Amino acid sequence: MKLVIGIVRPEKANDVLEALYRAEVRGVSISRVEGHGGELERVETYRGTTVKMGLSDKVRFEVAVSDEFTQPTVEALREGARTGEVGDGKIFVVPLEQAVRIRTGESAEAAVTPMAKK
Amino acid sequence: MSGALHTVLAVAQIDTGDTAWMLAATALVLMMTFALGLFYAGLVRAKNTLNTFMMCLAAIAIAAVTWALLGYSLAFDGEGALIGGLGHVGLSGVGFEPRGEGTIPQLVFMAFQGTFCIITVALISGAVVERMRFGAFMVFAALWSVLVYAVLAHWAFGGGWLAAEGTLDFAGGIPVEMGSGFSALAAALVVGARKDYGRQALLPHNAVYVLVGAGLLWFGWFGFNGGSGLGAGNASVLAFVNTLLTPACALLTWFALDLIRGRRVTAIGAATAIIVGCVLITPAGGFISPGWAMALGFLGALPCYAVIVWRPRTRVDETLDVLAAHGVAGFTGILFLGLVAQIGWNGVADGLFYGDAGQFWSQALAAAVTPAYAFVATFVLLKLVGAVMPLRASEHDEAVGMDIVYHGEEAYASGEGAILVTPESDGELLVADPG
Repeated sequence: MKLVIGIVRPEKANDVLEALYRAEVRGVSISRVEGHGGELERVETYRGTTVKMGLSDKVRFEVAVSDEFTQPTVEALREGARTGEVGDGKIFVVPLEQAVRIRTGESAEAAVTPMAKK
Repeated sequence: MSGALHTVLAVAQIDTGDTAWMLAATALVLMMTFALGLFYAGLVRAKNTLNTFMMCLAAIAIAAVTWALLGYSLAFDGEGALIGGLGHVGLSGVGFEPRGEGTIPQLVFMAFQGTFCIITVALISGAVVERMRFGAFMVFAALWSVLVYAVLAHWAFGGGWLAAEGTLDFAGGIPVEMGSGFSALAAALVVGARKDYGRQALLPHNAVYVLVGAGLLWFGWFGFNGGSGLGAGNASVLAFVNTLLTPACALLTWFALDLIRGRRVTAIGAATAIIVGCVLITPAGGFISPGWAMALGFLGALPCYAVIVWRPRTRVDETLDVLAAHGVAGFTGILFLGLVAQIGWNGVADGLFYGDAGQFWSQALAAAVTPAYAFVATFVLLKLVGAVMPLRASEHDEAVGMDIVYHGEEAYASGEGAILVTPESDGELLVADPG
């Protein structure tokens, strides 16, 4: 069981969702985050105040998957989020100790197996 | 009559009451362009808020200048059939004396008409927001305000061939509403759809802006229609009252249609209905009875609603539905007045229902020719501008958003992670090398 975390451009979030859908990965959480991944800063000016915006808006995907779905999920994130420019984001895969589906009380693999595969 | 004597007599015709109202009405109409900016800004995505508002602001800057320099003269100098003369270029001869039979200084008349040109240019931006380059829009705005708006204004208001034909247009159904609506369609076709159009849901980011903008537009419209009698007389009073009634009736129709279609009354639908109602009564305001104005609101909303529902199902990304809200509503109002105008109310002409079929045909002529000219002229004009400079932002810029790309600002900047650039630091601290 793995937790796949993808941090992507906000404008690519819809493409990632589409790619995940095609990969039959159904359970996903997203949140809006700000971060800095080495992309060039934008310069903005508000009246006389000029600033470099060090943080960019990003969207963070969290997908808990069974092992067989780990690679397809990573591929879908990469395929959906990539533009080729600096700032496309990162994907992290971390081991997951336990997962519980609140509605049924199912745990472990049963809790993360996509509904489509049931 | 000597020139001096003429001037004395002319000045004597000035009515201070009329002038006072027209000064206020002019300010109300100028405010409408800011209201439109707010209305449009709420309808786009957050990343394009400022650019959308700035297009309206640019319209004020550009059209006010082109109007004073050239547009006013082409619209209101002389009785040429197709276009006015150059006698008022640079506002020469525009002073404290009234124009023709008027009772207000020509300067006030010029400013009042100028605010109409401004908002019409701003209206078209609704068709191309979220992807047109800001610079290209400004070039287009300058040319359009002279080559399309001034021409249509001359036809309808300045003694051009439609006015000579007897076509009635109280407050700008021809140059403002049909002019912007059908130009917007052409602009959307030439500039092309947003890259995500038809693929993703592109939703309004702030419905409250839309409602407040619509409310301020309605408020301003009392100056727009109520001032188009060019004084404080009966025509202005009638138009003012009708500007209350028609949008209210259009709102009720919209509520009913929303209920039938989706079982809920929508807020953005209501804001749209207000605009549609105000546009419907624009050409007819001072010519039809309050009763018919209410009927116009109830009935005229129907074709506009139909086009608003139909348009997003097409490939045409006429983004903020200028065609439906202004083109179709202006078209409907122009024709409707040809049916129900009453000489008892306007002292000018009867419509078809009151015995003058000829008036209806004069209206139908305008309803046929205006859309054609606006569409073709705008299409050609934008193609020419497009041949000199790119009209569209790149896909990358479209993804980032117009605010950051063209204005270097964000509507909702948090300041988190922003590094102050001072002359000493030059922003050098804390910046990772992208390597």
